[in-house]
Amino acid sequence: MTTTVEAMHDRHVGHDTPRGATPPVFYVRDEHAHEAASTALGFWIYLMSDCLIFAVLFATYGVLGTSYAAGPTPKELFDLPLVALNTSMLLLSSITYGFAMLAMEKGRTGQTQAWLFITLLFGLAFLGIELFEFAHLIHEGAGPWRSAFLSSFFTLVGTHGLHVTFGSVWLVTLMVQVARRGLIPANRRRLMCLSMFWHFLDVIWIGVFTFVYLMGALR
Amino acid sequence: MLETLTTFLFGRLSLESFPYHEPIVVATFFAVVLGGIALVAALSYFKLWGYLWTEWFTTVDHKRIGIMYMVLGLIMLLRGFADAIMMRAQQAIAFNGSEGYLNSHHFDQVFTAHGVIMIFFVAMPLVTGLMNYVVPLQIGARDVSFPFLNNFSFWMTVGGAVLIMASLFVGEFARTGWLAYPPLSGLEASPDVGVDYYIWALQVAGVGTTLSGINLICTIVKMRAPGMTMMKMPVFTWTSLCTNVLIVASFPILTAVLVLLSLDRYVGTHFFTNDMGGNPMMYVNLIWIWGHPEVYILILPCFGIFSEVTSTFTGKKLFGYTSMVYATVVITILSYLVWLHHFFTMGSGASVNSFFGITTMIISIPTGAKIFNWLFTMYRGRIRFELPMMWTIAFMLTFVIGGMTGVLLAVPPADFVLHNSLFLIAHFHNVIIGGVLFGLFAGIYYWWPKAFGFRLDPFWGKMSFWFWVIGFYFAFMPLYVLGLMGVTRRLRVFEDPSLQIWFQIAAFGAVLIALGIGSFLIQIAVSVLKRRQLVDVSGDPWDGRTLEWATSSPPPGYNFAFTPVIHDNDAWWDMKKRGYARPLDGFRPIHMPSNTGTGVILAGISTVLGFALVWHIWWLAAVSFVGLLAVAINHTFNYNRDFHIPVDEVVRTESERTRLLSGQV
Repeated sequence: MTTTVEAMHDRHVGHDTPRGATPPVFYVRDEHAHEAASTALGFWIYLMSDCLIFAVLFATYGVLGTSYAAGPTPKELFDLPLVALNTSMLLLSSITYGFAMLAMEKGRTGQTQAWLFITLLFGLAFLGIELFEFAHLIHEGAGPWRSAFLSSFFTLVGTHGLHVTFGSVWLVTLMVQVARRGLIPANRRRLMCLSMFWHFLDVIWIGVFTFVYLMGALR
Repeated sequence: MLETLTTFLFGRLSLESFPYHEPIVVATFFAVVLGGIALVAALSYFKLWGYLWTEWFTTVDHKRIGIMYMVLGLIMLLRGFADAIMMRAQQAIAFNGSEGYLNSHHFDQVFTAHGVIMIFFVAMPLVTGLMNYVVPLQIGARDVSFPFLNNFSFWMTVGGAVLIMASLFVGEFARTGWLAYPPLSGLEASPDVGVDYYIWALQVAGVGTTLSGINLICTIVKMRAPGMTMMKMPVFTWTSLCTNVLIVASFPILTAVLVLLSLDRYVGTHFFTNDMGGNPMMYVNLIWIWGHPEVYILILPCFGIFSEVTSTFTGKKLFGYTSMVYATVVITILSYLVWLHHFFTMGSGASVNSFFGITTMIISIPTGAKIFNWLFTMYRGRIRFELPMMWTIAFMLTFVIGGMTGVLLAVPPADFVLHNSLFLIAHFHNVIIGGVLFGLFAGIYYWWPKAFGFRLDPFWGKMSFWFWVIGFYFAFMPLYVLGLMGVTRRLRVFEDPSLQIWFQIAAFGAVLIALGIGSFLIQIAVSVLKRRQLVDVSGDPWDGRTLEWATSSPPPGYNFAFTPVIHDNDAWWDMKKRGYARPLDGFRPIHMPSNTGTGVILAGISTVLGFALVWHIWWLAAVSFVGLLAVAINHTFNYNRDFHIPVDEVVRTESERTRLLSGQV
């Protein structure tokens, strides 16, 4: 029976062995770790599937975005300075998350936690402004039940907001876990996943900002 | 005051929600309850609950999860078929002024439930079950990429099935047809709970399906044994990969469109309403952007099964492996470019209809290439007519007919005549039964000995086969005739007495299929009783070609004591031909994932959440939602999710196999 080293050696040679020669090695004795790489790929695929949900909501907004049903139009409703403030909150939160990841790479737990906390504050500020905007619209009689345009507007923007909410819950969970166990490989992997999620929401928001708010204000 | 309290506690649920005044439903209910009590009593008597919980419900072993998917699919097949035979009976007798025995309220629920159950809770679990069982073995892996997620996905599918079964006895199911088109499925036309059951059953199950799609893609991409390049993967693994790509790229669309429908129903938005700017045709577009890939999700793995079966039972390498792979990939892509052929009559105009008509016809080219590949594999082969091969040949003959009627329907002008008719019903049953179901049977017969270590009894298998195949032709060929005569689908009573004979022939066919299903169940029972005679200790009863046949039957929890190295796409055949010697020593501890009950708990809470939302029991919905979050977060605090199988155990398992193999002559 061959040892591991020989088996690995045979494996390379065996591949090109012509038939009839000594049989190649058909198994390896070394375990291969797959988990970490699989998680990154799996999370990417999940993000793309989530992206499709947003694709449906964007397409719906594209079809129904001008069905005002004699109700208010985007130009009358959207408050661009407020949306600009909101957008900057989310973009800044992405930058601070990036700083958290840089700190994580250097293994500085305290710094990572601090940046994560700042990210959380920006995320909550974003949500607060969004809720204020929604409340204001509903108060003016422009709720999601008013017209198909408003239905698709509230659903697209609201789904994004819901994602940010879940991201924030996740962020708090991870901060607790980092506090308890430090920057162990499992926690680093989780922080990396949330990082992808957070930036993904940023990209979606840029689509919302352009496609819904800016183009709506031009209409 | 009391009324406010009951509304708060039970939402829309009241005594009136229970159909106790419907004799058929009450009888079914008592049968189910008695059966359930008998089952629970038997499990308790034999003290099997602990075993079921620790070894099955909480398992993360892809093989056991695969088997549980199969059990779910077969149980739901009985329910879905009961609906089918009720429809056939109703349509065979509702002539000459007779109303039949089903009122419209029930008939409409029956055809809706039949479609939903057969697609989502029969075909999907059976396909997912086979992929789950076979793919990791075929690629020489120990498990899937995310074993816990796999368990969770399965239980979410069960949760959806539980909700749909609950609708039979508590409230009612949708009366809208299996895709629940608005405005019929909107709040105005369907104010009751039927559509809500539909929505939440599919949402709960859909989460599971999407996650299992992600899981299997990762497994195939990341966990193949060394040496197995993409073009050395077995064809079933290839078709599974394409199917899971389709799942991940289409189920989110279903999720999103059902969310929009539920917002219309729960919040009062106007996505698909007739007023306030809503657009019902958008629903039809969106749901078919999911729905058309869905039929390829079902058929592609079956194409893979037929490929494995054909090359195994003709003793030859598959003809045109590369073209088979490319055909699969092309079908995967094209399946996204044809959705509009489901509603040519929408009125999108000649140019749009032509585009979708042509793309639809183009799909028949890669599919035809596959048929020829199988034929050329069989050509000059030494064909063994075992059960999987019989199903494969029945598939080739039947599927070609269904494919041709499909190309016929792809011609927009012809579709204007035939759409919504029984011709369409005949067509899609022709491809789904003749393709998917025959494929699943081929797969079940083929891999059963791998999963359980004994073959299925051939006599009852042949009974089942002939009843099914002949029954299929009796049941669906008359529908082609009726469709050409202009009979539309989903009709409960008929005026023209000359049509009755065709419906009677179709009903006769359904009875034959019932005998086929009965024979299949008898076959399983007989085979379990005769398992000593039908036993296979070699692990390779069919002289197989791919890696799953390299290990024992049933395989040990870790699948392979050592990870195999692959040199050829018929890896096991190659190993057999080139003098592979099974390793007998040098074993090491094996790193494996631990079982967990979290998947069962999360899926259970999700099901309760779905039920609460169906009945507007808001406090329960809120409580279960918070519970769901709490359990999920709590699960992430568990960092110890794996263990090592000690060397002693590996040695014991492997020497037991050595003993069995040497006992063989």
